[in-house]
Amino acid sequence: MKSLAELQAIKDRMKNKVVLREGTSDIRVVVGMATCGIAAGARPVLNALVESVNDLGLSDKVSVSQTGCIGICQFEPVVEVFEPGKEKVTYVKMTAEKAREVAESHLQGGKVLTEYTLNKGEL
Amino acid sequence: MKELSLNILDVAENSVKAGAALTQISIDETDELLTLKIIDDGCGMSEETVKAVTDPFYTTRTTRKVGLGVPLLKLAAEQTGGSFSIVSKSSEQYKSEHGTVVSASFYKNHLDFTPLGDVVSSVTTLIQGHPDTDFLFTHSFNGNVVKLDTRELREVLGDVSLGEYDVIKWIEEYLKEQYDQFG
Repeated sequence: MKSLAELQAIKDRMKNKVVLREGTSDIRVVVGMATCGIAAGARPVLNALVESVNDLGLSDKVSVSQTGCIGICQFEPVVEVFEPGKEKVTYVKMTAEKAREVAESHLQGGKVLTEYTLNKGEL
Repeated sequence: MKELSLNILDVAENSVKAGAALTQISIDETDELLTLKIIDDGCGMSEETVKAVTDPFYTTRTTRKVGLGVPLLKLAAEQTGGSFSIVSKSSEQYKSEHGTVVSASFYKNHLDFTPLGDVVSSVTTLIQGHPDTDFLFTHSFNGNVVKLDTRELREVLGDVSLGEYDVIKWIEEYLKEQYDQFG
């Protein structure tokens, strides 16, 4: 069984990391989690991103957070990627599978997956 | 929504947005009935706003933020023959004891009952997104209770965030083990 002692161990392990990590997130990934996003399947997309970022060892440079309605409900689930000095990248109609691909190709490899991004002509 | 747990995630977000320090999510199940309560100590709403939030066609700019989430939950409950209510005390009127209580009951054997789905995922998603606010989750059925109180975890964690990946994974496992135990 999971115990609070185990949580204490996690805390002790994290304690040192926290200091190192402050303000070092270069890439900010945001998932739309309003009614529109949730209904369209944002929950598994968010979880896949959180998991992939951890599994790929990107936790120090990538942060994954949630936001409200981004305003393009028909394209939900929507994932936005913000990187300093670069234009925002908007991924649309995401799935958990696509989210894992984005984590590998874009967040880790730096290559934007244009087949999943919002085509300006569609707006 | 395909799962009730998604309605829970959606409506609980309103509590966090209302500035709640503690959001309580309780699910009570019998063989026939599922009762859901989302209780927060956030800023609450005025009487007019409370009336407006359950009406999907009442969308003036000031209430648009509330949107379709509450009407969808109401519909999900009422389409099973169940009931829905929302009671709120605004912080403007009630200085010390303010907040909102959303209650919904569902007849589980009704054809239009939406299954609860992955409620563990909704709880961990809420905590991941809002690691600085507290959640008390309880799910009781047939005398068994699954429980998670982030205030207890916070006491252990000190200044380590509840949003840390390892902590979220621990919470997920902690809840799943409780469910497994009760079958």
